[in-house]
Amino acid sequence: MRRVVVTGLGTINPLGNTVDSSWNSLIKSNSGISKISKFDVDSYPCKIAGSIKESNINEEIVSQRDQRKIDRFIILGLIAAHEAIKDSGFVSDNEAAFRSGVMVGSGIGGLDTIYKNSSILDNQGIRKISPFFIPSSLINLLSGHISIKYNLKGPNSSPVTACATGTHAIGDSFTIIKNNKADLMVCGGAEAAICPLGVSGFSAARALCDSYNDYPTKGSRPWDRDRSGFVMGEGAGVLVLEELEHAKKRNANIYAEVKGYGMSGDAFHITKPSEDGNGGFRAMEMALKESQLNNDEIEYVNAHGTSTQVGDTIELSAVERLFVSNKNLFMSSNKSAIGHLLGAAGAVEAVFSIKSMQTKTLPPTLNLDNPDRKTDVNLIPHESISKSVKNVISNSFGFGGTNASLIFGI
Amino acid sequence: MSDIEERVKKIVVEHLGVEEAKIQSDSKFIDDLGADSLDTVELVMAFEEEFGCEIPDDAAEKIVTLKDAVSYLTDNSN
Repeated sequence: MRRVVVTGLGTINPLGNTVDSSWNSLIKSNSGISKISKFDVDSYPCKIAGSIKESNINEEIVSQRDQRKIDRFIILGLIAAHEAIKDSGFVSDNEAAFRSGVMVGSGIGGLDTIYKNSSILDNQGIRKISPFFIPSSLINLLSGHISIKYNLKGPNSSPVTACATGTHAIGDSFTIIKNNKADLMVCGGAEAAICPLGVSGFSAARALCDSYNDYPTKGSRPWDRDRSGFVMGEGAGVLVLEELEHAKKRNANIYAEVKGYGMSGDAFHITKPSEDGNGGFRAMEMALKESQLNNDEIEYVNAHGTSTQVGDTIELSAVERLFVSNKNLFMSSNKSAIGHLLGAAGAVEAVFSIKSMQTKTLPPTLNLDNPDRKTDVNLIPHESISKSVKNVISNSFGFGGTNASLIFGI
Repeated sequence: MSDIEERVKKIVVEHLGVEEAKIQSDSKFIDDLGADSLDTVELVMAFEEEFGCEIPDDAAEKIVTLKDAVSYLTDNSN
């Protein structure tokens, strides 16, 4: 049986443009949410988001010239991939290239590029459409760019499962390595949908928080009584997964093992999760079964926890039901600090799940002033907790009723 | 250097990210200046924009060097 380990981590998110800077900011209870300043949001019901400062986009990784030819989600993905691959120390020579693949997805892809080119077509005509329009906005072009830049010729694909994308990308990559179709996979998710069309679309779906515009850092408040929807975030998370013996042979630093992966469908509603939470429950249960761990061996849940009315409660109930035997369970939501990174969420949260084990610190759920109901699960309000944990589960659920869970262990 | 040549050179520098000193009048965009085929489409669009003209596809295909661009635009720009 082939075992799969994590040997590289990379991220750019509203709290920083590296793993360490953003993790250190997260556990200090900082918030990456602010008022949207990139475009005029006066007429928008939601005016806040977790945006990445332009000064955090490293031009040494993606040059100005290249940035013009790719959508922002690809820029962010390339930055996270650069950190993860460098961190892993892996260099793809010709022989290894065929056994090394890429699977970095996005929930939405190049939405702003599509919007801008659509306006150009309407206002200026077909001759003004950029030849880079299609390749800069296609979701799988991020995996394509990473493969070209780092000479990775193995499996190459990009899942698109809304807010579960990042988790599916890592889980599917885990399965690919386990099934001996590759020895190494660069995987994760990237998203950059904080643009006029993205914010107005999620607003129209009544998914966004619209009651904290004057207090941006208070907007994302999972499980709190006064939550009112999610806050969008942007960024990317990338992991290098590797077959255990392959990693050992090149003396790679091993962060953690991927122990289990579960996925399911709700078959219920296009945007709402199934009311009894059985979709999320079954994804976690499947991951647990593959990990061969007992329920009480999972010590920390990195929750999907988006700060929506319905979703938070359903997830909490599903967690309580599955881990009923664990009387000392911790759970928190990184989205309280960075917002909801949609297709990148699961990947960034996987990075943070692994950092939780490595640094023996569980990150907080910000703004959890008044939990809306009683629970035995410790939701880590306001401040991080020092605690050594050996196994963690990370959840992601997406529009369309798609659910994914990953278990990491050290 | 003619005014047209200077303006064309500026566009090539901006779009291909090459140093001005490296651009010779007979440098080929693809072979010598590192452009790919999509870059050349974008270059032609930028020439159209700068010189207020429309360059048909069959003419665009023949513009492979700075000299080609300057000569076409000298004859056809408004």
